[in-house]
Amino acid sequence: MYDIKALYEADSVQDAVRLRLEHPEAQIIAGGSDVLVQMREGKRAGKELISIYMIDALRGVTIDGEENIRIGSLTSFSHITKDPIIRKYINVLGEAVDMVGGPQIRNIGTIGGNTCNGVTSADSASTLHAWEAIVELTGQSGTRRVPIKDFYLSAGKVDIRPDEIQTAILIPKESYENTYGYYFKYAMRNAMDIATTGCSVNCRLSPDKGTFERVRIAYGVAGPVPMRAPRAETAATGQPVSRATVERFALTVLEDIHPRDSWRASKALRQHIAVELADRCLTEAVKRCGGEIDG
Amino acid sequence: MAKQFKEVHFNLNGRDVTTVVDVRASLTDMLRGDFRMTSVKKGCEVGECGACTVLIDGEAFNSCIYLAVWAEGKQILTLEGLMGPNGELSDIQKAFIDETAVQCGFCTPGFILTATEILNAGVEYTDDELRKLLSGHLCRCTGYENIFRAVKKTMYQRLGKPWPEG
Repeated sequence: MYDIKALYEADSVQDAVRLRLEHPEAQIIAGGSDVLVQMREGKRAGKELISIYMIDALRGVTIDGEENIRIGSLTSFSHITKDPIIRKYINVLGEAVDMVGGPQIRNIGTIGGNTCNGVTSADSASTLHAWEAIVELTGQSGTRRVPIKDFYLSAGKVDIRPDEIQTAILIPKESYENTYGYYFKYAMRNAMDIATTGCSVNCRLSPDKGTFERVRIAYGVAGPVPMRAPRAETAATGQPVSRATVERFALTVLEDIHPRDSWRASKALRQHIAVELADRCLTEAVKRCGGEIDG
Repeated sequence: MAKQFKEVHFNLNGRDVTTVVDVRASLTDMLRGDFRMTSVKKGCEVGECGACTVLIDGEAFNSCIYLAVWAEGKQILTLEGLMGPNGELSDIQKAFIDETAVQCGFCTPGFILTATEILNAGVEYTDDELRKLLSGHLCRCTGYENIFRAVKKTMYQRLGKPWPEG
């Protein structure tokens, strides 16, 4: 038995909105792999829960009328990894969420839950930042869209209003077209671990594969919320596809991120890892674009 | 707040069942308490050890971090459901015995259900892929090698291919 004060089950998005307004103190539960564990630990013990897990309308990946990739918020990690649309257009997201926990966790964990808990180490978070994902929220007056960088307010806190639930994550066509990426999770163990640092890079090359048309990079665990490295991106954009560009890009990361010493890892180690991951991820992303790096 | 109960309907090991559960129950609580499915072990109870694993609509879940009320309308398979009509063991269970993949046995039901999902995919996985697919279970006795061999052996048997050395 969990120490749940009361359970309110939503069977549709409208029902969830109504329950949110009726029970302002209640915690939303999607797959529960964070909420139920925190409840066992005593952190959320004795709370009311609004379960949205049974709303099947929030599952699945589609291409919508505006050509966005639309990922329903309750789509599990394993279904994202196996999905043909994800594999074709944004394979790196499927690979990133395939590094969460273990197989059973990837069957219950949802992309909506992974972003709504506002944790910097979430394996989906850096890739969604690097691809400029848009978060769709539904409340009593309809839906609103928030760029993912604005959705994360501070550690553990995201922009969800009292009447809202997150209903989808969108990847715009401008973001995924002709773009390939790579994610590296640096952790102490191969499974059932949380990233020490996660780095997600993607790029679009010119038609002759000689120039970086666009480069984007985001980190998890480089700060209290996932973050982009804009100076590094600028240092590579418009530059020739070469080892020199990749190295300059990787070193410029240090102007963007400011890791701290903690018991998990020292500042020096974190800086070293951040540079190394940026280099490896961009090199791999170039290969996936069909490009080559000299040297 | 008064106690809250809910009627839940689902299919357990091929049989349609109905029960009334306390909404605070986990799926582990319901399967063990209401249905005596004691192959579903209570281990860590926080989704780390995999001892409580069951298949829900063919996919492996940790039943300890799954609300019992979410079973509504689902097909749930526990180890008991693998038994043949005359009490026969399934191929994967036999392989666990033949490869000495069982010592204390606490992790075994969970491992066998995850292996069932893996084997039902009908895919020939590499060693690295198999290890990753089995990584959601902790075993403190065997050192995993014999478990890995049992799953790999059954995979090749089902694919009708010879078992490569090792």
